[in-house]
Amino acid sequence: MGQEMSKIEEAKNLTQNQILEELEEQLRVEEIEEQPDAIKTEEMVINFGPQHPSAHGVFRALFHVNGEIVTKIEPMIGYLHRCFEKIAENRTYAQFVPFTDRMDYVSSMHNNWAYVMTVEKLAGIQVPERAEYIRVIVGELQRIASHLLFLSTAGLEAGAVSPLQYYFDERERILNLFEKVCGARLTYNYIKIGGVRADLPDGWLEEALSFVNRLKKTIVDYDKLLLGNYIFKKRMKGAGKISAEIALAQGLTGPPLRSTGVAYDVRKSDPYSVYPRFDFEVAVRFQGDNYDRVVIRSEEIKQSLRIIEQAIEQIPDGRILPMSLPKDIKPPVGEAFGHIESSRGDLGYFIVSDGSLKPYRLKIQGPSFANLQGFPAMAEGSYFADVVLTLGTLDPVFGEVDR
Amino acid sequence: MLTSGQLLEFANNNGIPIWVLDISIALLLSLAVFAICGLGVIVLVYMERKVAADFQLRWGPMHVGWHGTLQLIADAIKLISKEDIFPKNADPWIFRLAPTLMFLAAFVGLMVIPIGPKLVVQDLNVGLIYALAIPAIGVAGIIMAGFGSYNKYAMLGSMRSAAQMVSYEVPRALSIIGVVMIAGSAKLSAIVNAQSVWYVFLQPIGFVVFLVASLAEINRVPFDLPETESELVNGYHTEYSGMRFMFFLFAEYIAMMAASALTVVLFLGGWHGPGPAYLAPLWFLIKAFAVVYVMMWVRWTLPRFRIDQVMDLGWKVLLPLALLNILITGIIMLL
Repeated sequence: MGQEMSKIEEAKNLTQNQILEELEEQLRVEEIEEQPDAIKTEEMVINFGPQHPSAHGVFRALFHVNGEIVTKIEPMIGYLHRCFEKIAENRTYAQFVPFTDRMDYVSSMHNNWAYVMTVEKLAGIQVPERAEYIRVIVGELQRIASHLLFLSTAGLEAGAVSPLQYYFDERERILNLFEKVCGARLTYNYIKIGGVRADLPDGWLEEALSFVNRLKKTIVDYDKLLLGNYIFKKRMKGAGKISAEIALAQGLTGPPLRSTGVAYDVRKSDPYSVYPRFDFEVAVRFQGDNYDRVVIRSEEIKQSLRIIEQAIEQIPDGRILPMSLPKDIKPPVGEAFGHIESSRGDLGYFIVSDGSLKPYRLKIQGPSFANLQGFPAMAEGSYFADVVLTLGTLDPVFGEVDR
Repeated sequence: MLTSGQLLEFANNNGIPIWVLDISIALLLSLAVFAICGLGVIVLVYMERKVAADFQLRWGPMHVGWHGTLQLIADAIKLISKEDIFPKNADPWIFRLAPTLMFLAAFVGLMVIPIGPKLVVQDLNVGLIYALAIPAIGVAGIIMAGFGSYNKYAMLGSMRSAAQMVSYEVPRALSIIGVVMIAGSAKLSAIVNAQSVWYVFLQPIGFVVFLVASLAEINRVPFDLPETESELVNGYHTEYSGMRFMFFLFAEYIAMMAASALTVVLFLGGWHGPGPAYLAPLWFLIKAFAVVYVMMWVRWTLPRFRIDQVMDLGWKVLLPLALLNILITGIIMLL
């Protein structure tokens, strides 16, 4: 614990030093600009969003632009705030599950899962093994679907329109699988306290396996098409860099953190569900630039495919809900924190129970919110075009940022 | 067909002054080119949508008319009937003139392109220089649109466009000097006639530089920086709607037509092709559409450059290549 604290202190000092250095650099630049023969430029403030095509929802920021260089970013969030944490205090535990769907609407399964897991921890409910396996399979499929969406938008923002359609074609297949399992395509409400809402339909596992085998082949082609593209590499490499120290100090998690060389993955560092039984690696890159943040998602897709294959092989028969599940969940007085590795990072729920039917307090730790904090540190000083790409590579979902 | 002599005689006999004759002929011809332009744009937009669809695993327009052929007419009706939004603080004259100027520049550039042995509106002696210079006026339209619409995104887009056009005008002009050296004329019909071997085989470097610079010139991907959707919303035409927006679209496609036609004239043997002489325009069109297809192919495959990379490519790669091309051509001609 002590070591960790000192590390964090170190990171803080480092960031402060860096901020000072940056300030000095800026001052130096201004001195040069004041020379009489230099071209005088004027700073322009551009309002970006909330209705901008690449605002990723409802992100708003003020960009201070000097020519094409963005010198300062003032992010503003809160346009999608829907008081979910307060609503939770007025709903029973089971009633809140559909609300979690609407948080990170690109990977709803993970939100269901994290919330349900915390409630189970709080109430001491044992989840049957088959349900755990089903959760892992749909969870990893969800991660793939989310990353496919990310890759398509990353290409779109860089100007490559066509890869979007290929990625969406694959994502469509996952959504079809989800539709067969729970009837919904975006907000699933599938993972239920105690297990899952319905068992897998007949032949679903074979379909999922054939999809996995298909994506294994096609993802290589897509990597060549988009990630291997000369212009794409030229655009992405070296832009939006962030060091591991600053990333840790800013609280980044998920792919943006792993792209800086920190192998932090909740599935490995704080294993939950049946993840310890699977053989997979945590994808890590070391540059911490836009390109690494994109490539790491593609690598994670490949790891998720491995997990799904193993899970389909190992999945046992049995119940999907525990034998004795109380109708009204009434956890004992106490508190619990549960977190999982969602598509965007470390997604955590903290619940305080006062022994009644409704949570006394619910606090959500959204990875998008944390990742967005690193945005000004990454993007300031780069080209306007790269700022947009950097925002895209953080993959924020504003339903989760604002909650 | 009437010859010019017969026309003159007719005018003299009926007491029509010669300037009336001149103007009416000019009007008729430009009307004809305008009609061809309109038709060409319709074909190109339809082609673009179908090509894009083909690249993206989808069908493209399918519902209006046979295979969506009437979709563009529906789109045009929609655009015409839309409200003409005029931003509150926009400069009225500059804002209104910009689309017209852009359209005009692109359209007038087509006047010197020979699509058959004698099928050309005006076969100027300096046709090549004209074909390069006049469409470049279009950048003024873009800058006017950017300044006039009182929008920061639009202005950034137009500034980018100005930088890009200036940088790519130079290698583009230099890349065709080799062609002029071999053909010994700047008259477009003379250049076509001189091509017993297509110049793409004699001037491969020149051809590549010209094609890339043309892409930048007409703001197509990977050089579509003035209208990048991801950062500049829609670049210089962010504030335009309805009919005025349509004019920008028109101008863009006509510029594409002009660029591909010029490529065919300079490097791909113009109207030359097997078969009888009356097939010449057909050959020209086939080649021009092949070039257009390549442009669309590039557009729907590649991401776009960043502004500094565009500048780098223009000044550090294309310009030296174009100069090298001139040097090589000169040495070979001397030998």
